[in-house]
Amino acid sequence: MILVYVDHENGNVDPLSLQAITFARSLGDAQIQAIVVGAPGRECAATLAEHGVDQILVAEHDALTDYAPVAAARAVIQTIESGQPSLVLAAGSARGNEVMAHVAAITEQPLATDCFTIKIGAPTEVTRARWGGNLIEHAKVHSEIALATTMQHVVQAEPAATPGAGTVTTFTPVLADADLLVRVLERIGQGGGGTSIAEAKVIVSGGRGVGSAEAFGSLEELAKELGGVVGCSRVVTSEGWRPHSDQVGQTGTKVAPDLYIACGISGATQHIAGCKNSKMIVAINTDPEAPIMSHADYAIIGDLHQVIPAITAALRS
Amino acid sequence: MDVLVCIKRVPLVGGEILLTDDKMEIDSRRLGFGLSPHEECAVEAGVRLIEEFGGTVTVMTLGSAEAEEQLREQLAIGPDRAILVETNVEFDPQGTAGALVEAIKADGTEFDLIILGSESADTAGYQTGIRIAHALGRPVVTNVKGLKVENGIARCERSVGSLREVYEVPLPAVITVKDGVNIPRYPSVPGRIKARKKPVDKFTPTVPIAKLEKTGLTVPPTKSTGAKVLGHGPDAAAALVALFRESGVAK
Repeated sequence: MILVYVDHENGNVDPLSLQAITFARSLGDAQIQAIVVGAPGRECAATLAEHGVDQILVAEHDALTDYAPVAAARAVIQTIESGQPSLVLAAGSARGNEVMAHVAAITEQPLATDCFTIKIGAPTEVTRARWGGNLIEHAKVHSEIALATTMQHVVQAEPAATPGAGTVTTFTPVLADADLLVRVLERIGQGGGGTSIAEAKVIVSGGRGVGSAEAFGSLEELAKELGGVVGCSRVVTSEGWRPHSDQVGQTGTKVAPDLYIACGISGATQHIAGCKNSKMIVAINTDPEAPIMSHADYAIIGDLHQVIPAITAALRS
Repeated sequence: MDVLVCIKRVPLVGGEILLTDDKMEIDSRRLGFGLSPHEECAVEAGVRLIEEFGGTVTVMTLGSAEAEEQLREQLAIGPDRAILVETNVEFDPQGTAGALVEAIKADGTEFDLIILGSESADTAGYQTGIRIAHALGRPVVTNVKGLKVENGIARCERSVGSLREVYEVPLPAVITVKDGVNIPRYPSVPGRIKARKKPVDKFTPTVPIAKLEKTGLTVPPTKSTGAKVLGHGPDAAAALVALFRESGVAK
């Protein structure tokens, strides 16, 4: 049996967790059990069953009103003890990696994060991402129950050919006050303020070559025309031209849109780590030898300040 | 307030990663070394807290003797002293946390705040800070992109999509920060001169048995053919738009 920790926001399943379940299905015909934490998690049941989950365990507790990583880890550990899975998996997201690291720290077991492949056995063997996926580590996980997370976008989430039974079982995890000390107290900022780069189908991304905050105007226009959003490289946020939430890369957001247009981006490993899972990469750059050219599918050699408005105009005609 | 910041020396890989003959390490002979951007921000966060509240900042690393270079570089922006937890072999994440905890206990300082990057640039295990927190019995907030300490409480923000989640934990605590929590300063010339005289203590940790055992490294293939050049300058726009329409990304 494989146990998957599924993250959700008020009963809406985290898309990266569905990738982890799709990945778990590819590991053989093991039964798949999902654990969701918090009462609203039961609303995930239908989607999880569609994705092949046989049993859904909902950890309910009066104190579990919002995300609390240690409490979630306690619930996972209590499930491991009763079910004895061969593998416990989560998405390699901020929350998935965090909850699993707590599980690993509390149980004093190894944890393999951001895995590309997992071969369950004694020991379990994995390949995992180093340098944001620019390097692959082959490793053995020496523990009875392997703990791992999946690299973001290593698979696309897909419903199962045969849905799982999707049986829902609720339980009350045993929690101490200390387990609830770290939890979300409030949320600030505007929700629903447009599509984020993590969800966008098209990203028009700018690098040093854009040259200024103002010059991102033409990227905004092209993004609007394609129904996409603007992203950027690290140097752009360091210069203060764009907010950090727009940064694509190893230390920013890892994205997987249908189309990624890299404008004036040289293609350092740190940036490639964030955009390499895009279905199509187009580079617009003055330098035909830039590293981005080995990662792009198509390129236009030229000054982005002239090329981008020309693309926007061609789309409008 | 006494703050500890944990950092890691990593090779500054550029476009292409080359491996050693045994495929166990990156061939770093022609590379410079530095820190992950997360950790540069971690040091800056520690220094800012001391500027606000007074106290000390210590930087610590687990690494080879050469990692003293990174400790000195960071001492130049303000920390008071450094601890080099010395090893010539790579520790797995459990071993790394264990060695740092061993060194923290041996040092004896009751740090109010321990700051790390959310994950290292190279091995990216996402767990050292969390393991240290459990070993020391302290709360931990990870992926922090906003930090304010007031009345012994650390108010931490982390980004989720376009929103920011707020967490509050009492000190002593552990936090792991992400690039963007601040913009790290550059060291000044007087800062560099002072850094040469600041103490760097050495500590030899117990060598652990790796439970996450690295057996080799491989470099993933890039798109072998490289990009297909559609043309030069604005005249190439039409070919690209035709391609967009053909593949369905534009109407």
